[in-house]
Amino acid sequence: MAAEQGLHIEPMHQFVITRLVEMNVGGVDVSFTNSSLFMVIVVALIILFLTVSMRGRAMVPGRMQSVAELSYEFIANMLKENVGSEGRKYFPFIFSVFMFVLFSNLLGMVPYTFTVTSQIVVTFTLALTVFILVTIVGIIRHGFKFLTLFAPSGVPIFLMPILVPIEVISYFVRPISLSVRLFANMMAGHALLKVFGAFVVGLSWWGGWLPLTFIVGLTGLEFLVAFLQAYVFAILSCLYLNDAINLHH
Amino acid sequence: MEVEAARMIGAGLATIALAGVGLGLGNIFGSYISGSLRNPAAAPKVFGNVLLGFALTEAVALFAMVIALIILFV
Repeated sequence: MAAEQGLHIEPMHQFVITRLVEMNVGGVDVSFTNSSLFMVIVVALIILFLTVSMRGRAMVPGRMQSVAELSYEFIANMLKENVGSEGRKYFPFIFSVFMFVLFSNLLGMVPYTFTVTSQIVVTFTLALTVFILVTIVGIIRHGFKFLTLFAPSGVPIFLMPILVPIEVISYFVRPISLSVRLFANMMAGHALLKVFGAFVVGLSWWGGWLPLTFIVGLTGLEFLVAFLQAYVFAILSCLYLNDAINLHH
Repeated sequence: MEVEAARMIGAGLATIALAGVGLGLGNIFGSYISGSLRNPAAAPKVFGNVLLGFALTEAVALFAMVIALIILFV
């Protein structure tokens, strides 16, 4: 419909990576792209937020300080409940991952910005880091016994030939499911907003009000999803860590 | 051209996953509402789990979307 009026919509255009500074090291393309720019912005925002809000170090926290303390306690409690006291060591890692995903999701909600987490490369790297860390922690703590993760106790022996391959596959599929979940959520949400935005333009002032109200609702939903996906990413990392530390059973 | 038609049909078939996701989402919120009507005091405690279940179920729909996109464009 919109195309007939000469309006051309490209819902995927917002995810295109452009090179801002061309760089080439030994045949490898390491250009500084808009994706890298927004990653730098995200990290700078996190550092700014945490240092500025904690500058007062007041006994009775002010507004900004309580937000920073709230996010600290949120992750600390998540680790305590899901991993136990052993999980405290991994707090900096989980906290960094959570804040990075949360801030890039929220920054992506600002119009004309680039959503870092809508790139499968970024989320897959994060998920692979979690996966490798969990595997190394499990092997260091349990050595050869770590393999019992793939053979749940209390299962009849004749079920083992079926169950062990399933457990192995479900273990190695973790980085894929973890990364695709985050990436698909962000990409689908932003593409949907763009499509509805094109409806508003295409239907002009007499018909655009209906999709406009949808956009308001969808934007609210997207803010919820932005937080939820960071939460889900962090809590699943905690659960995987728990598997490796306590060998689930 | 037949491959192109098969692609379209395949992408359409991939959306059948939405049936399961719809069932799952309805189940999550239905159980939450009936549970919280029986025991309103416990409702705020499980709401976090409801949102977690919502996000995990919604992700299944998006896996289907990714499969459809792969069929169509890769």
